[in-house]
Amino acid sequence: MRFMLLFSRQGKLRLQKWYTATAERDKKKMVRELMQVVLARKPKMCSFLEWRDLKIVYKRYASLYFCCAVEEQDNELITLEVIHRFVELLDKYFGSVCELDIIFNFEKAYFILDEFLMGGEIQDTSKKSVLKAIEQADLLQEVSVLEPHLASLVSNFKDVNKLTTVVVLTVL
Amino acid sequence: MSDVVERTLTALPSLLSSDPSPGRPSSTSKLGTLIRGITELTSKHDEEKLIQRELVSIKEQVSSPNTTMRQMKELMVRAVYCEMLGYEASFSYIHAIKLAQQGTALDKRVGYLAVSLFLNESHELLLLLVNTVLKDLQSTNLIEVCMALTVVGQVFPKDMIPAILPMVEEKLNHPKEIIRRKAVLALYKFYLIAPNQVQHIHSKFRKALCDKDPGVMSASLHIYLEMVTEKPESYKDLVVSFVTILKQVVGGKLPIDFNYHSVPAPWLQIQLLRILSLLGKNDRSTSEMMYEVLDESLRRAEMNHNITYAILFECVKTIYTIHPKAELLEKAAKCIGNFVLSPKINLKYLGLKALTYVVQQDANLALQHQMTIIECLDHADLIIKRETLELLFRITNGQNVKVIVEKLLEFLRHSKDDYVTIDLGGKVTELAEKYAPDNSWFIRTMNTVFLLVGDQMQPDIPNSFLRLLSEGFESAEEDQQLRLLAVDSYVSLLQEQPARLPQRFLQVISWVLGEYSSVKEGLEPATVLRLLAPLLDLRHCSSETKSWVLAAMTKLSAGPACLSVAQELAERHGGSLDTTLRQRLHELQHLASDGELLRRVLPCSDGLEPLEVDSTLSFLDGFVSEALAAGAAPYKPPHQRQEELAQEKALSVEPYGLSLPLSLSSSSIAGRLSPTVLSMSSGLSGNSTELSPKGGSALRLEGVTRVWGKEGYLAKAALKPEEAAKTEVPCPLSVLQEGGSAPRTPVVSLPAPAPGPSLQAEREKQQLASCLFMGLGSQGAAGPCLMGKAEPTRHGFRKKVKGQGSSSGARGPSGDSASSSPSPLSAQSAMDNLLCSSPLDSGSTPSPADSAPSPADSAPSPADSATSPADPAPHLPHDLPANNRPCDAQEDLTEDTDTSETVVEGNSVAVVDPYDPEPLCLSPHLPEELCGLPRSEIRPLCRDASLVLSACCVRTDHSSLLVVFVSNASDSAARRFALQMTSGDLEVSRVRGGPEEEEEHVEGHSVAVYQYSLVPTRPSVHMELAGRASYQRPDGEPQSTPFSYGLSLPDFIRPLSVSTEEYGRLWLASSNDIKQNLALLSQEPDPLRATLHRLRDRLQLNVVDIIASEGIVACQLLQGPPCLMHCRLNAGCLAVWLRSSLPELPDCLLYHCQRALAQH
Repeated sequence: MRFMLLFSRQGKLRLQKWYTATAERDKKKMVRELMQVVLARKPKMCSFLEWRDLKIVYKRYASLYFCCAVEEQDNELITLEVIHRFVELLDKYFGSVCELDIIFNFEKAYFILDEFLMGGEIQDTSKKSVLKAIEQADLLQEVSVLEPHLASLVSNFKDVNKLTTVVVLTVL
Repeated sequence: MSDVVERTLTALPSLLSSDPSPGRPSSTSKLGTLIRGITELTSKHDEEKLIQRELVSIKEQVSSPNTTMRQMKELMVRAVYCEMLGYEASFSYIHAIKLAQQGTALDKRVGYLAVSLFLNESHELLLLLVNTVLKDLQSTNLIEVCMALTVVGQVFPKDMIPAILPMVEEKLNHPKEIIRRKAVLALYKFYLIAPNQVQHIHSKFRKALCDKDPGVMSASLHIYLEMVTEKPESYKDLVVSFVTILKQVVGGKLPIDFNYHSVPAPWLQIQLLRILSLLGKNDRSTSEMMYEVLDESLRRAEMNHNITYAILFECVKTIYTIHPKAELLEKAAKCIGNFVLSPKINLKYLGLKALTYVVQQDANLALQHQMTIIECLDHADLIIKRETLELLFRITNGQNVKVIVEKLLEFLRHSKDDYVTIDLGGKVTELAEKYAPDNSWFIRTMNTVFLLVGDQMQPDIPNSFLRLLSEGFESAEEDQQLRLLAVDSYVSLLQEQPARLPQRFLQVISWVLGEYSSVKEGLEPATVLRLLAPLLDLRHCSSETKSWVLAAMTKLSAGPACLSVAQELAERHGGSLDTTLRQRLHELQHLASDGELLRRVLPCSDGLEPLEVDSTLSFLDGFVSEALAAGAAPYKPPHQRQEELAQEKALSVEPYGLSLPLSLSSSSIAGRLSPTVLSMSSGLSGNSTELSPKGGSALRLEGVTRVWGKEGYLAKAALKPEEAAKTEVPCPLSVLQEGGSAPRTPVVSLPAPAPGPSLQAEREKQQLASCLFMGLGSQGAAGPCLMGKAEPTRHGFRKKVKGQGSSSGARGPSGDSASSSPSPLSAQSAMDNLLCSSPLDSGSTPSPADSAPSPADSAPSPADSATSPADPAPHLPHDLPANNRPCDAQEDLTEDTDTSETVVEGNSVAVVDPYDPEPLCLSPHLPEELCGLPRSEIRPLCRDASLVLSACCVRTDHSSLLVVFVSNASDSAARRFALQMTSGDLEVSRVRGGPEEEEEHVEGHSVAVYQYSLVPTRPSVHMELAGRASYQRPDGEPQSTPFSYGLSLPDFIRPLSVSTEEYGRLWLASSNDIKQNLALLSQEPDPLRATLHRLRDRLQLNVVDIIASEGIVACQLLQGPPCLMHCRLNAGCLAVWLRSSLPELPDCLLYHCQRALAQH
């Protein structure tokens, strides 16, 4: 996969992830042009596009467009499912996700995406394990926010697994 | 982790935060305020102001020393947001790196994210990240390791890969599958951006492929897909494994976690199918292995869901790519049919795509769906329409070309996308050249293409068009007609509205008119000149086009009428700032006035006889030598000039790094020493005088203009472009002539649109279909066509047709099985091996019969590791560490199981040949007290007619003994036998047998054993012992034979057992030290331990202690001082620090450590 974009129906970029090195200027230009092309398409039209030398697979969920650029030989349908799985993940994490969730917590969305795709390839297809990885990292965050002294405990413990057991005990 | 804990863990976030859902927007945050602020604004201008204000405040805060990391995290998120909106926040980049570096785990995550969003691979700031990544990779906190691997997989400077590669490699052995998986993907990323860097770890990819976790395994497939794409033939041995994996996946053997909408691991399936299709392409035997599983996949994927269609589509693609099998093709065709007929638009698109893909193999498939295709041709969605055109393009033949090209042009007229326009323009040209039914159609079509595609067109289109015109075909009459038609149409175009014509088209027009306007009777050159002249006034006309125009005019300028036009032009444009233009004008004027000169410079040759071109320019030799004699500088080819320039620069006062040309920055050394890169490029562009044969295959546009410019001067003999092409490319021409054929009259005519109701429309479609699909059934015998022979290569279809596939497949079995040894068969046998025998066998059978085959078994063959993936995962881990052991065992076996009697009887000399690789069977003669001690192999020292001397070195705790065996194979005794040995590095003293036995006899058919104690006087890497054996033969004649024996330091190293405390004291007492990095046995599960144990086993070192990533080792030189070694894991290496009171010792020992670790 070359890149993934999330943008709203109004043409506002919500998320962008580039998996190949692209110059900042080209990125902006591509995003602008691609948004135009995709937004101009009617709902019943095909989800696949040949655009420049790329293949674009996009899908609209409510007010958000999810848009992936893949290589010529890649499978379009499976890319569509990559998008869908990503949406499922967001949905599960945020609890019936809406555009606002992604706007206000875009960094979380990035974390989920990073856990799901790495280097442009699917990393983990299991919904459960992606979310587990995210939550483990989140947990670290939440703990330290709540309890400063716990945070120091965190850094003292070397293994996450041990750490979690301790936390569980303290909290309970 | 226990299940209970795991469950608590997942439930924790909700416990900890008061908010029921952890991710809900925190409305009080500053980011929230910013976002809301932006949404409330109405104008873009306001937004800009707000963001600029925001950025200023962020900038202020990030640079303040009081900002905590937590605040920094929040600021970074806001900066990322601003960047996403398109406002630059480059000041925050460095702070993102800082955050990743200094933050605790939670802030770090945001820091890494910001870095990966802000910077791309080539950004220089990334270098600052390397250390952070290294640190986190070494962290014991899993989450930090995960974060580091994630960022490495996203963005990492290419040059710095070697720094972290060992660490990432090491992670392949991590107990946690998530770490292993991320490590594999990070390596995948490395493979993509710098394949050379990871070349050496291909074996580890195999290990990842056999990982017991399916997630890690499927991650490794990404790498395999890349590698197989690049070099399919190297991975044929893995086909069995891939097929087995796919079978298991399809059969639902994977954990349910991997299901996606109740389809087992679809991503994995598709990845495997893609790999298989690459491996099975043009390879019958390999393809045969996959038929079964492909059939199974097709059968299983029956649910009506996108994901199953995705698998089906991939299956179909694979089936049509590999060596065909009728039964599967039939099923695949049915699948394609379902796709095409599907009401879902996405599936229809894919159906068309699949059709496009297979139509060359099976044109009938397109025929079956012709009505659907016709419908798609008028589809509202341009994407569908375009895909349909692509399909039509593939089924074009001599009979349907007109209709199809018409459809393509229609689409072209409405296309707004440059990429599409260029692509379709090329396609129409290709079809027109291949299948044009007649001349006028061809010219008309090409005119449309030139007009529609305009100046973005691929440059080879005008080139090949002009070549077609100039080279012509078999029949001169036809050629003239074609040219006449072209001239006619261009004249009328110029008369209408020349300003609208694109530059490329204008160039073509001027060239054609310049060359062929004489073909048209009654067309005065002056008329043409007057038509061309206004082009020079056009404002949008480029200087290149003007040169073309003027060149054409020059060719035509004969007669007084022309002269007046020329003079008129010269007056109007004589003041132009463009020197080329002025020069050409001047030429035009001059030639127009001098008809004689014109004929000499530009002979009007109707015949196309090739001109002899003197490419060496020998006719200038006289001129050159004169100039040289007059003191001119000798000519230097451009590359030489460049070289000198570079050298000059190298001597300048600038710092070295900066003195290099920028373009060579990637490899400064190579760039400086060999300016080949430079010379190549400059050679191409600079040397215009040389019409090299290799450059001539494609007639360049520039070439045409140049002919009338500089070259016109040089080669006084006129070199018309088309003739140049002739001289340079004789081959296409000959092909062209033998294949040429008479023009065709139109075979198909478009049905006249009849007005009428919807029924009529239906009938129209039918007719269109019959036009479009005409001639498809007899695809092989596509009608001959006029223009088709212009470029022979164009005839080849893009994708393999069936016939080709089978022919190469037929070649396959014989050729392939011979060349690629790990064919399925051998893989199979190796697999048996692995499962039933292996290390145990070779160790437990001391019988000589068995010991013979054992080396073959235990030799670590590549096939071994290759087959192991065949049985997925669980078996694997065992066989790796075992590999070394059999070798040692085998050594013992061969020595111990000797039948020593044969030697002593000695009835044949051959038995005791000193150079016989078979060790002499002398071990039973070893003195009893030395048996069982570690010793080196018994090596022959020397031999003569009757005596054979061999020796080995035995290590006792406190000494090293050289044991010399003197075996007398003759009947008579060797009298007064004596051995003398000396060595610069060793003190040699006889151990047994006192001075009273100075003269000894070695009886016939016996073996005498001598022992010498060796003590090193000073350590050195290798030590040599020179000696001489002297004795008296039975006839009394003295005999003497020299020999030498090599020893190495490890023979004199003994483990030193000390406690850690004593070690510490010794360490401080020793002075001479040396530090070095050693290779680590990183493929072992515990690299440090494995490495130290290897050293212990090979070099008799004592591993005193291993604490975390450090280890201490001690040894002692025989009857000498100790040597201490301190080892620490560092960046994938073993950093060792040796100390000893003897200066040479650490150095020598280090050498042997390196050797011991290098051998496998």
